[in-house]
Amino acid sequence: MSNGAPVRGLTVYVTVACLVLMLPIVIVIILAFGDQGYVKFPPTSLSLRWFAVFFGDSRWQHALWTSVLIAIIACVIATALGFFAAYAFVRSDIRAKKLLLSFMLLPIIIPNVITAIAMYFMAGRLGLVGNVFWIGLCHAVVALPIVLLILLSSLQGVDLNLERAALSLGCSRFGVFTKVVIPLAFPGILSSALFAFLASFDELIISLFLAGVRSETLPVRIWNSLHLQVEPVIAAVSAFLIGVTGVVLLLDAFMRQVRLARLASNSNDR
Amino acid sequence: MARSNKFGDGSVFILPAVLLLVLVLVAPLIWFFIQTLAGVGTAAELLTQAWSIITSRAVVTALATTNWISLLVTLLVLVISYPLAYYLANRQGLRFTLVLFCIIVPYFTSIIVRTYSWMVLIGRNGIINQALLSLGVITEPLTLLYTKTGVLIGMVYVLLPYMVLTLYATMKAIDPNLMRAARGLGANGFYSFTRIYFPLSVYGVVSGSLIVFIVAIGFFITPALMGGPSDVMIAMLIERSVEIMFDWSGAAIMSLFLLFVTLLLYGVYYRVTDVRRMMGA
Repeated sequence: MSNGAPVRGLTVYVTVACLVLMLPIVIVIILAFGDQGYVKFPPTSLSLRWFAVFFGDSRWQHALWTSVLIAIIACVIATALGFFAAYAFVRSDIRAKKLLLSFMLLPIIIPNVITAIAMYFMAGRLGLVGNVFWIGLCHAVVALPIVLLILLSSLQGVDLNLERAALSLGCSRFGVFTKVVIPLAFPGILSSALFAFLASFDELIISLFLAGVRSETLPVRIWNSLHLQVEPVIAAVSAFLIGVTGVVLLLDAFMRQVRLARLASNSNDR
Repeated sequence: MARSNKFGDGSVFILPAVLLLVLVLVAPLIWFFIQTLAGVGTAAELLTQAWSIITSRAVVTALATTNWISLLVTLLVLVISYPLAYYLANRQGLRFTLVLFCIIVPYFTSIIVRTYSWMVLIGRNGIINQALLSLGVITEPLTLLYTKTGVLIGMVYVLLPYMVLTLYATMKAIDPNLMRAARGLGANGFYSFTRIYFPLSVYGVVSGSLIVFIVAIGFFITPALMGGPSDVMIAMLIERSVEIMFDWSGAAIMSLFLLFVTLLLYGVYYRVTDVRRMMGA
């Protein structure tokens, strides 16, 4: 290209921007492996001390397992319901499709504080504050739009003719789901389940209201600790949460590869 | 279709998800608003109280702060994201993957973790101050945390990926041949950008800005942890009325107002964009 200077400028800008974007992530991970009793950078020596505190402390452990349990509940509900809803969107002529979809995306649009307070209010009336199933259900609401957005694009890649063929060969509707649709959409379903899990695992505001004393999740414990003081164990917990995000993104990247490989082999068959 | 006679057309499969949203989102919202607002008294009393809350000093200040911070954040995010999205849309291979990685990883990291990290970075004894002091760039530590600047840094960081991904989706659809044609016809880089590329990307600019602004006005975690006493946004005021003052009707009135504004903006977003493309999905 003739204009080399703007291109070089852009490259420099993007490089700097990417470094700044990754800086907070990298810093937290480094701090987590530090040895000091206070936040110091760079750490004078490396240790697993704060991870030992995190994994050795019964309150942090309780928070961890509460988070996992809630995230599993939310993930199962959101993925199952989201899958069927996405299927309905892709395969049927529902009237006012766009309007219905924008209704189902409302959980990401309505400020979480309002959602959380309303859910808290209802939980209070029904005696559900601190109930992990209720929190899981509330998280499923927030995770549903994510599942829906991922599966809408993934199900569009499933050939309707394959379903027609299965039906005409005598397969039941249930059989079409278990033998055709779900296997073909499986990488997408798994991806959406992973992100639903992550959405719940990282959710703070709803948990903050609904947790009570019994069901503190990891983000709630971080929040409570941050209000008191910035203790280094938070860096270890944060690094752990970043690790979970990393695993989810890696698995998702793998699922994408599977999906692409399948698409390629499908087009070779034709 | 033969299929629809036998099994229906599949639209029933949407019902469980709709039911979940109605029971766990819509019902709590309606219950909350009706119960708390009915407790205030007659319609006239309710209106009087709503008016006195919305025009109270605390709420007016919080609304002004919310509006100002959200506008600034949207503008900053737009300016910072545009070149990033442009780069993503025009590169392939390793460079593309690397830049996308740097945007996606923070995007999917817990907001509380991202906020905590910035608190550690920009605090009074934070890493940036330590570094600048030891380099001799400054003699006094900078006050960034617990100020409006701190809130801006944190919110821009959290909201940046929304904008980049939205802009990227729009820019990816711009035919690169148009720019080549313009150049071939003698237009310089600046001219072809301002007359061709930018106008074609306006769609992404508008929908990205709308979504960032919508999310920003309801922001709670980052301003609550990184702001100072004067940086109270409306969502924080709502949380405080419930958690500290147990003022449910006050919270309901402010929530109703915020919800109304949010849905109004979402209506505009719905008009101008394809909701399926939300968050660059």
